[in-house]
Amino acid sequence: MSSVLLEVKNLKVHFPVYGGVFQRRVAEVKAVDGVSFTMHRGETLGLVGESGCGKTTVGRAIVNVLRHVSHDVHLEGEVNYVSPEGTKTNLLELRSKDLMAYRKRIQMIFQDPYSSLNSRLSVKQIIAEPIEIHRPEMSKSEVDDRVRWLLEKVGLQPEYALRFPHEFSGGQRQRIGIARALATNPELIVCDEPVSALDVSVQAQVINLMEDLQQEFGLSYLFVAHDLSVVYHISKRIAVMYLGNIVEIGDSDDVYFRPSHPYTRALISAVPEPDPLRKDKQRIVLVGDIPTPLNKPSGCGFRTRCPLAVASCAERVPELVVKAGGTAVACPVVE
Amino acid sequence: MSAPSTKPPSEETTMAKSVDGETYGQFVRRQFSKHTLGVVSVWIVAVLAIVAITADFLANDKPIICSHQGRVQFPIFKQYGVSLGIAEWDREYVTVDWKELQYDWSLFPPVPYAPETTDKTLVSLKDRAPSAAHWLGTDDIGRDVMAGLIHGSRYALSIGFIAMGIALVIGIILGAMAGFFGGTIDVVISRIIEIVITIPRFFLIITIVAMVEQGSLWLIMVLIGLTGWTNIARFMRGEVLRVRNLDYVSAATALGYSTPRIILRHVVPNAIAPVLIYAAFGIVSTILLESALSFLGFGVPPTVVTWGSVLFKARSSTYSWWLAVFPGAMIFLTVSAFNLIGDALRDATDPRLRS
Repeated sequence: MSSVLLEVKNLKVHFPVYGGVFQRRVAEVKAVDGVSFTMHRGETLGLVGESGCGKTTVGRAIVNVLRHVSHDVHLEGEVNYVSPEGTKTNLLELRSKDLMAYRKRIQMIFQDPYSSLNSRLSVKQIIAEPIEIHRPEMSKSEVDDRVRWLLEKVGLQPEYALRFPHEFSGGQRQRIGIARALATNPELIVCDEPVSALDVSVQAQVINLMEDLQQEFGLSYLFVAHDLSVVYHISKRIAVMYLGNIVEIGDSDDVYFRPSHPYTRALISAVPEPDPLRKDKQRIVLVGDIPTPLNKPSGCGFRTRCPLAVASCAERVPELVVKAGGTAVACPVVE
Repeated sequence: MSAPSTKPPSEETTMAKSVDGETYGQFVRRQFSKHTLGVVSVWIVAVLAIVAITADFLANDKPIICSHQGRVQFPIFKQYGVSLGIAEWDREYVTVDWKELQYDWSLFPPVPYAPETTDKTLVSLKDRAPSAAHWLGTDDIGRDVMAGLIHGSRYALSIGFIAMGIALVIGIILGAMAGFFGGTIDVVISRIIEIVITIPRFFLIITIVAMVEQGSLWLIMVLIGLTGWTNIARFMRGEVLRVRNLDYVSAATALGYSTPRIILRHVVPNAIAPVLIYAAFGIVSTILLESALSFLGFGVPPTVVTWGSVLFKARSSTYSWWLAVFPGAMIFLTVSAFNLIGDALRDATDPRLRS
């Protein structure tokens, strides 16, 4: 197995909720509530879950942009960057100056290709800016060359450099976003639902592009998405999140074809079956709604909707336990 | 360098949306040009601005060029030099009335009166009414209304732009800080905005102008600017709050851009358009405020002729309808033009109207 790149330990992200006359802190949204996983160099880890389960927040915590969105977000745990030599650095504890050196190694691609590009800047300015900041020693013409090279790498014509984002389609914009993320030579790219806003045909093109780039540059992807078939296609391993916790993590074949956790089973059973002759597929329909992360149920977050729930599920939050196949499952009930 | 890792996808050829290399500014200009009234208004304001700049050559009691006692002179230019302290009048011209001189030849401005020159030959109301000599009539002490309006456009526009400029600078800086940093800074700035907003502007300015012995145009501009930034700041704060949560600001953070860079290059340029549109309407209220102050006699010193102060004269000379109608028409025209420009700008930048 290749070396470890990132180690997330017991990550918690709580957003305060203000209310009342004096806007006092009345509650907390526990968006991420104790998530741990490791990522290896060159690997793609898929992170799936339904809306609001905290998967995007995990991604944003790793690239360290949460404090810009919410100034008093409560961050706990560790996000360790592991260098090839094995030294660990907890990115959450770094001050912004020291963080700079790590920023360029971890980049992000966003879901909405329309809000992820500054419409006032030309494509060239968008891609050149990170190069100018992280490689100030490069001359203007070197930066120009690199912008053209990056555009070619993401399958856009270098002549597009002088155009503005609104002249491009969603898929093209997503390519520009990928080029911007690549500009700093990152090792890890957090992909926050990178294709869910695109047409299906364009989705495939962008996914193929991402796979090609991974091959060429040895990138690792944390692929956050809700579309299981896309995640299965691109990921080597899959982590399933529910209500701020990882409930199952393992090799994508195991998770996709032999799911253990009752939530994962329900999730996988919901994937549409393209073969009309296969009618034997069992559809597990969950009852009820996802509980609010403002007021999570005690113990296992899934117990309110779980078909296998027993009384002891309410007592404590189940930990991830490695099962026979190598998959880690957070459910003491299943084998 | 290896070949591109993927072929350009088919969408590329079909989806190029608009004209090649068009910036946002060019796009807005194209949209704006479709708004006929807005374009007309821009021309009105442009003409006003030209009138304001060349006021001395349109209405003056000195000739533009003349030959007096065999010497060719440019008295208006000379006056500029004297005002700047780089030239001096010859002794014989210091107190001279340029209209009385005997010229070999001369070229006077189209309105041969300065706004403050009084025509003492006019005695009755009938004399002061619009006539061939005074196209728009004169006020009760014989000052030409046309000359007053031409020079008054200077004050109207400079009050509009300078007061609004002061308000914009304060409002944009405070609003952007409140919106971007949030937390305590936001609370403090928002409370300041709320406090300033509760101060009745008009009465505050009247009070201060009444207390200051030597009121001046600058004082009025600064006062209007210092009290008029609150709405701009609130607008800016809201826009910055919206823009700050867009993904490209997260991208900028993830790429390690400095906070000033993010604010100045990524947040403010995308938040400022609606604020500038508001500023067009703000200029209107500023011009109206000055006119109202002058109308009540609290504005500029009596020797300065503004549109408002001509209106002020109409209060005491009830039958001199021209003192009310002409400056009123100018104010109406200017205010409408700025309003229409604001409307057109708002339409041009409205994303829902984009085709």
